[in-house]
Amino acid sequence: MFAKTLRRALSSVWGAVLLLSASTAIAGFGDTLNLREGVTSTSKTVYGLHMLIFWICVVACVAVFAVLIYSMYAHRKSKGVVPATFHESTTVEVIWTTIPFLVLVGMAVPATTALLALEDTRDADMSILVTGYQWKWKYEYIDGAAEGISFFSNLDARSNEMRQLGSGANPADHEHYLVDVDNRVVVPINKKIRFLITANDVIHSWWLPDLGWKQDAIPGFINDGWTELSEPGVYRGKCAELCGKDHGFMPIVLEAMTEDDYSQWIADQKAGAAAAAASATQTWTLDDLVARGESVYNTNCVACHQANGQGIPGVFPAITGSAIATGEVGGHIDIVMNGKAGTAMQAFAGQLDDVDMAAIVTYQRNALGNSVGDMVQPSEIAALR
Amino acid sequence: MSTATTHDDHHHGAPSGIMRWITTTNHKDIGTLYLWFAFINLLIGGAMAMVIRAELFQPGMQVVDPNFFNMMTTMHGLIMIFGAVMPGFVGLANWQIPMMIGAPDMALPRMNNWSFWILPFAAIMLIAPMFTGGAFLDGQGPAFGWTMYAPLSLQYDKLSFFIFAVHMLGFSSIMGAINIIATILNMRAPGMTLMKMPLFVWTWFITAFLLIAVMPVLAGAVTMLLTDKYFGTSFFAAAGGGDPVMFQHVFWFFGHPEVYIMILPAFGVVSQIIPTFARKPLFGYSSMVYATASIAFLSFIVWAHHMFTVGMPVAGELYFMYATVMIAVPTAVKVFNWMATMWRGAMTFETPMLWAIAFVFLFSLGGFTGLMMGIAPADMQYHDTYFIVAHFHYVLVTGAVFSIIAAVYYWLPKWTGHMVNETHGKIHFWWSAISVNVLFFPQHFIGLAGMPRRIPDYSVQFADWNMVSSIGGFAFGLAQVYFLFVLIKTIKGGEKATDQVWEGAEGLEWTIPSPAPYHTFETAPTVK
Repeated sequence: MFAKTLRRALSSVWGAVLLLSASTAIAGFGDTLNLREGVTSTSKTVYGLHMLIFWICVVACVAVFAVLIYSMYAHRKSKGVVPATFHESTTVEVIWTTIPFLVLVGMAVPATTALLALEDTRDADMSILVTGYQWKWKYEYIDGAAEGISFFSNLDARSNEMRQLGSGANPADHEHYLVDVDNRVVVPINKKIRFLITANDVIHSWWLPDLGWKQDAIPGFINDGWTELSEPGVYRGKCAELCGKDHGFMPIVLEAMTEDDYSQWIADQKAGAAAAAASATQTWTLDDLVARGESVYNTNCVACHQANGQGIPGVFPAITGSAIATGEVGGHIDIVMNGKAGTAMQAFAGQLDDVDMAAIVTYQRNALGNSVGDMVQPSEIAALR
Repeated sequence: MSTATTHDDHHHGAPSGIMRWITTTNHKDIGTLYLWFAFINLLIGGAMAMVIRAELFQPGMQVVDPNFFNMMTTMHGLIMIFGAVMPGFVGLANWQIPMMIGAPDMALPRMNNWSFWILPFAAIMLIAPMFTGGAFLDGQGPAFGWTMYAPLSLQYDKLSFFIFAVHMLGFSSIMGAINIIATILNMRAPGMTLMKMPLFVWTWFITAFLLIAVMPVLAGAVTMLLTDKYFGTSFFAAAGGGDPVMFQHVFWFFGHPEVYIMILPAFGVVSQIIPTFARKPLFGYSSMVYATASIAFLSFIVWAHHMFTVGMPVAGELYFMYATVMIAVPTAVKVFNWMATMWRGAMTFETPMLWAIAFVFLFSLGGFTGLMMGIAPADMQYHDTYFIVAHFHYVLVTGAVFSIIAAVYYWLPKWTGHMVNETHGKIHFWWSAISVNVLFFPQHFIGLAGMPRRIPDYSVQFADWNMVSSIGGFAFGLAQVYFLFVLIKTIKGGEKATDQVWEGAEGLEWTIPSPAPYHTFETAPTVK
């Protein structure tokens, strides 16, 4: 009786699975079956190698499984078979040791060629320094026309709101849910680009599947990888190495542009940097600082200290009512600029400019349930640097 | 004669009450303790997996916050490896090795008691930080992955609990391993030469050496974490001149042999079960022994294939790629030998045989994906995705765990004196075998398509297969609760088992009564 009930339950689970496959767009299942071929010579080589090993495995698998299944069918006691007594053969052992070995050598040859090409970062046209932070990426253009451009790349604000526990948002409403950023890293097409990859705090891993590789970002080390894209386009990936609470929320978005668009992008970036430098010398009002601080807070602080400033008890401290955020302003600026050793609290001095730094401190003192009433001007931050 | 009688009174039959279990030095009692400990941990670790699959059921955050999610993946890994699979195999070794080599007990019975009784305290130490916050389960347990990579693990406040737990687990494993080696080398019945030992004994013998070799390496790694965290050293802190990558080298020098610690005894189990139900001797016994030893040796020289993306020199990557794919050779030899054992046998498919055959099929799949990941340039894509999650669950769940379940069904009649109800056993098998594939097979797809592992939320392109995987997960989890029912029912009663239990069974454990008396082979049998 129980057995029958169970069998019925099992078949209804299967029914649900089948129904699910039928009712969802089949494309949804079909699009995510295999490795992405990608858009670079490296990714295409890796894809070819993947398919080669895959088919070798399929052939070996089918051969072994066929023998096993035939044996299970033909050599059953219920068929009245008398068991054979053979139990060893050196010849057979030598044969089935040698064959897999030769197949492996056959696989190792193209794999070696592919690896050597993948790791050859010489003769690059330009270099970009990529630094992993908990939980965002920093891109610095260290040579060529874009030299000096540098920015952080965070999860886009909309994904960030939607991904909060209990937000009730439907991820399907956002075309690039969790794979969109505020600032894309931009590269020109038809140039060999070398990425120098490191990290500021813990180990991250920079991965764009369409480029065909990932490389760990490790504090104290500079790893490298290269790519050359032939078509303009936007390529999306994610951090691949567990790096703490928001590991799942630090995507990578790379945009490849034509040479002309790329030059325009450089000009825009440089103009933006000049405007920002100018605003840092002005005197700001409390309201302007708090307004600016709110967006800086939502990008940089909210992951740990939470949108309401309450933090996560026992893991991340609250801002609301905290001794630091309501105490003497110098101490508050100090911890934001220099961080706290041995905790997840980073030094933001290198991450935020004078305006953002002034705004964030002012915001924390005059919002999130705090109302100290004082404010910090960008010029005061500049004086501390 | 009167002294002899007193002697017998003193030893025969088990003492009663809780003190029997606390003070026992009997290998069968200790085996039982290990096996129940493993089963309880299987359910705890399984419950954590259910939380993971519930959060991943659909995109968006619905169930837990990201920190809690990371804690679940971390604790699930640690509990399943150190709490379920390893103690499960030690439990089987305790019950079976003395009975299979004709020994009255383990060589070091008091140490045997101690190596078990460390475990519950280690497990409590490991789990306790999850309960130390203000609220119930508020997410203060380790959340840095079972691989405990520095510097992430060094950010964790309650690291000392974790490190102490790992040390205790290590002590337990090392003592267990010493005991198994001492037993096998010293306690074999006359005539039981090394090359006549059952393969389960052989695989455990080799595994025990692996344990003794690598558990101290893990102890060293976590001790360096301890001094980095609390005593101002900089082994793994780049800012102090240390090297975060060194942690991974040390960890995987432990970690790779560790994964074979969890699979070699499984090879042994399957090599006992298949000949029994094929009614034909194991094909290529000596090549099986040599293949096991080769795999054990290779396990020490391939560790950095877990680290192809850390930026090793190309020469290093090439070496680790070549060495890694070499493991496919002895592993293939084992599968071929099982195949040849089945060939022209007279097979029946009782529950233990079903689990063993499922092991051969599904472990092979896990082996193939392992080979794919050994190819370094391809691993630049596979690494840290759900592809590897699928790979190691095929070798650990449908490999190691399936073999433990197979072993339990195989030897349970000997332990309890009752046959397992075949219908119940088969329901458990088919339920598990189907759901486990619904659970893990789609993870190959989403991994290849680009979903990283250890993320609590994902972009919508991965939604469909994740939902399928979660449904499989819930079904597989429930199947193991059904297993508990089957176990309790068999322990309480059932058809009386004969001494030989299975028609084709051969070996010393099948010559003694079922259930096995409290003390067996007090007079050593002679093996021809």
